[in-house]
Amino acid sequence: MTQYLDFEKPLAEIEGKAEELRAMARDNAEMDIEKEAAALDKKSADLLKSLYGNLTPWRKCQVARHPERPHCKDYIAALFTDYTPLAGDRNFADDHAIMGGLARLDGRAVMVIGHEKGNDTKSRIEHNFGMARPEGYRKAIRLMNMANRFGLPVVTLVDTPGAYPGKGAEERGQSEAIARATEACLELNVPLVSVVIGEGGSGGAVAFATANRVLMLEHSIYSVISPEGCASILWKDAAKTQEAAAALRLTAQNLKELGVCDTIIAEPLGGAHRGAQTAIAAVGKALTATLKDLDKVAADKIRLDRRKKYLDLGKKGLAA
Amino acid sequence: MNWITNYVRPTINSLFSRREVPDNLWTKCPECGTMLFHRELADNLNVCTNCGHHMPITARDRLTALFDGGIYTEVKVPEPVTDPLQFRDQKKYTDRLKDARKKTGERDAMLVATGEITRTPIVAAVQDFSFMGGSMSMYVGNAIVAAAEEAVKLGRPLVLFSAAGGARMQEGILGLMQMPRTTIAVQMLKEAGLPYIVVLTHPTTGGVTASYAMLGDVQIAEPNALIGFAGARVIEQTIGEKLPEGFQRAEYLLDHGMLDRVTKRTNLKDELTTIIRMLMQLPPAVAGDLPPPHIDSHALEGAEKAPVKP
Repeated sequence: MTQYLDFEKPLAEIEGKAEELRAMARDNAEMDIEKEAAALDKKSADLLKSLYGNLTPWRKCQVARHPERPHCKDYIAALFTDYTPLAGDRNFADDHAIMGGLARLDGRAVMVIGHEKGNDTKSRIEHNFGMARPEGYRKAIRLMNMANRFGLPVVTLVDTPGAYPGKGAEERGQSEAIARATEACLELNVPLVSVVIGEGGSGGAVAFATANRVLMLEHSIYSVISPEGCASILWKDAAKTQEAAAALRLTAQNLKELGVCDTIIAEPLGGAHRGAQTAIAAVGKALTATLKDLDKVAADKIRLDRRKKYLDLGKKGLAA
Repeated sequence: MNWITNYVRPTINSLFSRREVPDNLWTKCPECGTMLFHRELADNLNVCTNCGHHMPITARDRLTALFDGGIYTEVKVPEPVTDPLQFRDQKKYTDRLKDARKKTGERDAMLVATGEITRTPIVAAVQDFSFMGGSMSMYVGNAIVAAAEEAVKLGRPLVLFSAAGGARMQEGILGLMQMPRTTIAVQMLKEAGLPYIVVLTHPTTGGVTASYAMLGDVQIAEPNALIGFAGARVIEQTIGEKLPEGFQRAEYLLDHGMLDRVTKRTNLKDELTTIIRMLMQLPPAVAGDLPPPHIDSHALEGAEKAPVKP
């Protein structure tokens, strides 16, 4: 049973009606409802197509945060073999918001690191809703450095509302941890490929996504601040989230124009949560192709390739 | 209306109003309430002479106070694309920029300069909180990259004074992307074997602390400066409890191992000189107004030509 977003309400009504009809037919064998149900199906399919054909930036935020959207652990389970989680920052704790370890992608050994949000109350609390504490960034730094020493490419899967705003997190140096993780990304002599699979929330995303190539799912977002935060600061009105979402230019399509995102990965109609397998397979295909592409960059140039990408950013704006 | 009201009266008014006492002759310390005479306050670098409270100081005043004789050369910062997102909230971003430029007389929120402090050559970058909250824009990113490049070119250390609320929201993702860009600037200094010293001033928060402001070889903060990643209000809402006294203040961070030193503004120049001269393997600075001894200038030249580590 899909959880409908607010803008999908008309869709929920039609699909609900079709479902009701079919349930009635099951109870009463004489009823012939197939024609009617098929008409409703067609109507809902058309509606889905028109809704998702032109999602507003705010709707994209809602889709990117959809609770049933495939998360990091779904991608790791489906795309990687021999996944061996590695835990801890060797300083303080293991941060469950960040999962990572050795794994094979198409048989090739890599280091995979990502944010995990969890998919029910218990796992969401366990993973702290994908909001990392300093230990998460420090674990990632440790794993990236290890990958660097052994010549393994690094794949990061980004899906976070942002860094965790907590007392202990501040005391243990949240900002320093993020800065060092970004630095670690930039020091790698192995390819680093990031996929924004849902939400790329500010500094918490930069720490993982300062990559040679940044891939984004069609309905994922990546932003300096959440639209809610931006609305309350710049508009001083929490109700202006839609305006803020549009002004921030945070969609994958906007980021491609600005040169931050290199590749957009298409999602199945109605978003990744309506066809998880298809979405995950598309990410796998894009990852393999990107890593293959980066194999063409000489090993001693891979770091410079990344550095150049970031130094050159911002040389152009959006077309008027 | 007529010649008298349009010309004579304004002229008379302007002649007399000029002699009026400016209302900013005295400043009340927001901490202890002492009335401070403006000249005395300026001489003390905007630090209250009674309680030691550090009031804001403009980026330009900071440079003048820092460099010997107030002499420095500004480093040109490459101009980025203006308003790449065509951002508009209640106001257009371009209008906000115009207002900030008019208010501060500066181009954007960061000044870069070269000069000498106690005859020690350095490059300095100073963030200007009065310019849109010091926010990290593409210009600020360009300024830090330019500062690092200048430091590498001249073989000098970089001293950066941070003050910002975070990344500039009006530049969206391109503001955020200054985190990796400025981190690259820090790496350039590291690769050239040059010291990078950060002086955190009130307030330094958000994406700025999560990039160049926390990556210094030596991390110094001014007393009581607010330094943190997340805002205190957001944290209180998230964890549902009150934060302790002094949370995210310089002394609190020092206690938690996040800083090397908390230093009064009035002692900063001496302290920076001492640290830099040791890191750069220079002899101690000579105090007073004596002409620089031969050996000193020689050592300085040597420093400029110091081999650059790969």
